[in-house]
Amino acid sequence: MALWKPDPTFYASPREAVAGPPEKLAYVAAFDRSAATPDAIAVLDVDPGSGTYGDVVGWTELPNLGDELHHFGWNACSSALCPYAPHPHVERRYLIVPGLRSSRVYVIDTKDEPTSPRIVKVLEPEDLAKRAGYSRPHTVHCGPEGLYLTALGGANGEEGPGGIALLDHTSFEVLGRWEVDRGPQYFAYDAWWHIAHDVLVSSEWGTPSMIEDGVVGELLLGRKYGHSLHFWDLRKRRHVQTVDLGDEHQMVLELRPAHDPTRQYGFVGVVVSVEDLSASVWVWHRDGGEWAARKVITIPAEPADPDLLPPVIRPFGAVPPLVTDIDLSVDDQWLYVSCWGTGELRRYDVSDPFNPVEAGSVRIGGIVGRTPHPAEPGLPLSGGPQMVEVSRDGRRVYVTNSLYGAWDDQFYPDGVGAWMAKLDSTPEGFTFDERFFPHGDAFRGRRPHQTRLQGGDASSDSYCYP
Amino acid sequence: MMNGSLAALIALGAFHGLNPGMGWLFAVARGLQERSRARVLQSLPAIAAGHAASVGVVVALVVLTRSVLATRIVAIGGGLLLVAFGLYRLLSQRHFRWVGMRISLWQLAGWSFLMSSVHGAGLMLLPILTTAPAAGGAHHHGMSAGGGLSTGVFVTGVHTLAMFVVAGVIAVLVYEIVGLAVLRRAWFNLDRLWAVALVTAGAVTLVTAA
Repeated sequence: MALWKPDPTFYASPREAVAGPPEKLAYVAAFDRSAATPDAIAVLDVDPGSGTYGDVVGWTELPNLGDELHHFGWNACSSALCPYAPHPHVERRYLIVPGLRSSRVYVIDTKDEPTSPRIVKVLEPEDLAKRAGYSRPHTVHCGPEGLYLTALGGANGEEGPGGIALLDHTSFEVLGRWEVDRGPQYFAYDAWWHIAHDVLVSSEWGTPSMIEDGVVGELLLGRKYGHSLHFWDLRKRRHVQTVDLGDEHQMVLELRPAHDPTRQYGFVGVVVSVEDLSASVWVWHRDGGEWAARKVITIPAEPADPDLLPPVIRPFGAVPPLVTDIDLSVDDQWLYVSCWGTGELRRYDVSDPFNPVEAGSVRIGGIVGRTPHPAEPGLPLSGGPQMVEVSRDGRRVYVTNSLYGAWDDQFYPDGVGAWMAKLDSTPEGFTFDERFFPHGDAFRGRRPHQTRLQGGDASSDSYCYP
Repeated sequence: MMNGSLAALIALGAFHGLNPGMGWLFAVARGLQERSRARVLQSLPAIAAGHAASVGVVVALVVLTRSVLATRIVAIGGGLLLVAFGLYRLLSQRHFRWVGMRISLWQLAGWSFLMSSVHGAGLMLLPILTTAPAAGGAHHHGMSAGGGLSTGVFVTGVHTLAMFVVAGVIAVLVYEIVGLAVLRRAWFNLDRLWAVALVTAGAVTLVTAA
């Protein structure tokens, strides 16, 4: 039933979102790599005043095995206030949770019991295949027209093309394929938009066979993974332009457009350059009538004793940073960059997006470093900062350590473990919160992946008003 | 036109103008995007024009067919339609969607036309149209087509003017002073109220016709 007043977690502008109340719960997708137990949504207490702060206080197990939960999102968010299709009285209450390996999509209701959300609908792989022609659903975004769900693979075992499925945001049925004209786009990964400019941006990873059994060395060195950005007309659903970052820049993943709806730029992370194993962050922007992209951050590989490296990178004698996620604070000032290989989380001041200034760095985990969390200095950690989520007010930053099952195993063959950490971020400092370190058994044998914050976070909402 | 009907016409216009979904919010969004009050003001006539066209179609149909068709048929048929449409709006989860954010004034007028039409803005005037004398109150021409036409123009004009004034005042107030935070406190679910208004208008039409 629709609300009488707008959902209080919808904000007209980024400024209002920043001023909103802090989150009290965090939802984390956690999966069992062995597929022996079901994947689950773990609910974490993130209220510093609570007695169970930093603990997993709720747990919703899924009814199937081997879904491999990855990225998920809210059914509705601030874009519901957009003036051309306003429906402010829908509620942000359902998590749309895709299984990247199973192609199943769960709809989970968080309203009645926020700490034990309830599954209310399951879309089977056939629904996505038949109605949209896709599989391997990856990223969810709430838009004024419905839910946008990117998918890496084609239907019925086809490798591709991947693309975007559109879902109704009240019935959660698959409405169909979003693209009217996909142009040359074949690989898919993330998609987000400049909503006030009717522009959609999408990025590229690889097809299912290129990722599901781990990174394929020959394909990587052969520069076969995705290396382009795509720009689309969000209204007409047409491909407008491809911006190729150069085939040495393999895997163009997370897209973080500026939240300020008057601006048309954004950041995208590149996992690895095959020339020197560096990772990079690029800014895309309007250049006259065209789109352009420029590398603004380069993070070099760190030389290492080959004996300490997993087979996949041993020949190189260096640890690649592997930038697998980035996140931009809602005020567009801070960019967080996860270096999953070296175990570093960097913070940049991107007030001037073309000239990021490094403004903090912490170490945790890492292929060689195995840096412990300050709360347990004696415990070496595997994995590295991976999915990073920033609170709406920008003061709290949450990271989890697992990337993707098969890739975890390749880069951390002795086990990736399971941990989550929180950082406090102010203009003056960027430090671990020593009270917040759920790890190991807290996740019941599962690997934590993406975090969503109650009431929204820096990577879920988009705004139509400045 | 009787004073009561005139007041109802103006009140309905004000009600339509009040609804953020009928267009003033779009005017504010366009203004904010370029930090330009002129853009807010420029959007309003387009929105009003679209609304007028949508209402005008219904008004013209009713007024012009009255000389041919029995008033009661229009009233009863219209009343039933209204109740049904109102219930549909009340129960339906569907939301109208067509354009994006970057549109021309022509497209804005078109959007406003469609938005008003799918919300039954013109239908809501049926009780007034079917009970009011055929011609405008100022001149008593009887049932001539010219009289019907001027009544139609008069009704559409008064309604739209009320809508335009209310929408304009709110848009400028929100843009200049109040700010968009007001949406979170004051944006009541007018869709439901709107649906109830449609059902009520239908019932009134039916009762009056019986």
